[in-house]
Amino acid sequence: MSNKIETIDVNLHYGDFHALKDISLGIPENSVTALIGPSGCGKSTYLRLFNRMNDLIPETRITGKVLLDGENIYKIKATKIDALRRNVGMVFQKPNPFPKSIFENVAYGLRVNGITDKSFIEGQVEKTLHQAALWDEVKDKLKKSAFELSGGQQQRLCIARALAIEPSIILMDEPASALDPISTGKIEDLIFELKSEFTIVIVTHNMQQAGRVSDYTGFFYLGSLIEFGKTRKIFTNPSKQETENYISGRFG
Amino acid sequence: MRLRKITEPVFERLIKICGYSSGFIVLLIVIFLFKEGISFFNLSPVDEGSTLWVHNSNPVKELDAAQIKDIFDQKIDNWKAIGGNDQPIELFTLDELGEAFTAEQLGPKFEYLPKCIDSYMDSLPGAIGFFPEKQTVGLLKSAKEVEVDKVSFSTFISDTEWFPTSRPAARMGIMPLLLGTLLVSFFAILFALPLGLAASIYLAEIADDRVRKILKPIIELLAGIPSVVYGFFGLVVIVPFVQNTFNLPVGETALAGSIVLAIMALPTIITVSEDALRTTPRAMKEASLALGASQWQTIRKVIVPYAASGITAAAILGIGRAIGETMAALMVTGNSAIMPHSLLQPVRTIPATIAAELGEAPFGGLHFKALFALGCILFIITLIINLLVERVSAKRR
Repeated sequence: MSNKIETIDVNLHYGDFHALKDISLGIPENSVTALIGPSGCGKSTYLRLFNRMNDLIPETRITGKVLLDGENIYKIKATKIDALRRNVGMVFQKPNPFPKSIFENVAYGLRVNGITDKSFIEGQVEKTLHQAALWDEVKDKLKKSAFELSGGQQQRLCIARALAIEPSIILMDEPASALDPISTGKIEDLIFELKSEFTIVIVTHNMQQAGRVSDYTGFFYLGSLIEFGKTRKIFTNPSKQETENYISGRFG
Repeated sequence: MRLRKITEPVFERLIKICGYSSGFIVLLIVIFLFKEGISFFNLSPVDEGSTLWVHNSNPVKELDAAQIKDIFDQKIDNWKAIGGNDQPIELFTLDELGEAFTAEQLGPKFEYLPKCIDSYMDSLPGAIGFFPEKQTVGLLKSAKEVEVDKVSFSTFISDTEWFPTSRPAARMGIMPLLLGTLLVSFFAILFALPLGLAASIYLAEIADDRVRKILKPIIELLAGIPSVVYGFFGLVVIVPFVQNTFNLPVGETALAGSIVLAIMALPTIITVSEDALRTTPRAMKEASLALGASQWQTIRKVIVPYAASGITAAAILGIGRAIGETMAALMVTGNSAIMPHSLLQPVRTIPATIAAELGEAPFGGLHFKALFALGCILFIITLIINLLVERVSAKRR
């Protein structure tokens, strides 16, 4: 399988803080890659490299290469960043729907990208709500505010919203950490469904979750990538002592 | 230890008293204002101690303040116009009396005054007389007293003329002042809102920290400048600018007032809406950007709608500031209490009227009370505005 994303010697500083240290990693296409590690290890920062979300934080310096389909996304023109983000969907830790109707939440990404064809938008909204396994629950109240949904429904709405603009990569930053076990289960099923079409990178605190949903796992510690490999191998036979300590719950 | 047991309850009481007394003071002011303001109604618009008279044969029994003013301004010159016989109206006051009769005929102490009035009235049945109560009531045979409509709330609200010192009857219609106030405030907010909103968006979303640290205190300083200084600024800069731009005879216009009040409302609008914009969760902004929206799209479609109620509150607060502003409005609006027809004409606002006229209104008189009634109306308007702000911000939470 080819690598969809590849980072080569990436270093990232927030001011004086060295957040990512020499990270080189290839993320295979159409698979689920989990990034694990204790809080503050840099896994979220690393995830946010791929859609240049770190750019929003002042005094961030990045060196090294981040290749997406072979192109260094830190060398593209500023005007192309919007196009990059269209290709890289993101689901955040807490459900963060917009203060709009359910329909408009999903349609938002299409609208901001200049799509006005009403029937196309309607079709896309329905399709992605189906994909996010939310359609049956909201089909009668698409005009209602997204804030009326439960937390788990809101998170699936956010997934539908990310899918609507048809990205090829989906980044998930602890997507189930604010949800109850049943909602978490639904999200995990969804991730499993989606992996045939998308390359998914998921940051998670939850070791079992990483074990359940991912094909590959990367373990981060103190800003460095300690180990990367097939999930099964990382969880059963890690080659580094730190990984084993973390996975077996000795720290973290 | 024991001392604390005594002092703490004392302090607690003191603090409690302070809290209650501030509420009490507000109540006191409101009661006082409304007591004076309400006593304005049901007064006669005619000068105290004076009466109006017509000949016994005249069918007109009753006049209102507007008719009296038109009669004495000679805009109405025939009784027919106001439901009487077809005969010309002759004005008859002490001046005419002094011309028609010699001092001897009037008597050294004016004791023959009623007789003289009677004989004058009989020779001119179309006359309307305006005399002091003392020398007429119960003494005239030829004439009857005209009843004058009392000041009512409906005439106060609907009358389009404000002539509080005209004699024999004052006209006190709030309409020109109210419309002047609303016109100036409306355009003030029309100018200030887009500017203020843009500035708050810039401060909250676009400016980097260094710029914001300089700009924000400057804008807050703008709120602390005394209004009389804004008035000076308006008089020296805005008024000539308006005059030259529109080629007007005078620059003191509603437009000049709107511009000055807009500048004064800016700090309120900017700080309140910036605070509202800042409450937009970062995750929401990031979600929008992550969907490929530009920064501008994110501001327009996510951040501003999220902060909409806060921005509305800012706008209403700004309107409140503009409506209640006295000094600057007094200095730059030209102070003519006529019905406003355009922005390029002098107007007068309610607070400016109160400030300008209170000094010359006799204490406790009709005019004085009329100004208090204006104060009541102003109070009600600002109360409504404050309640609106409360509602809008309550919705936000």
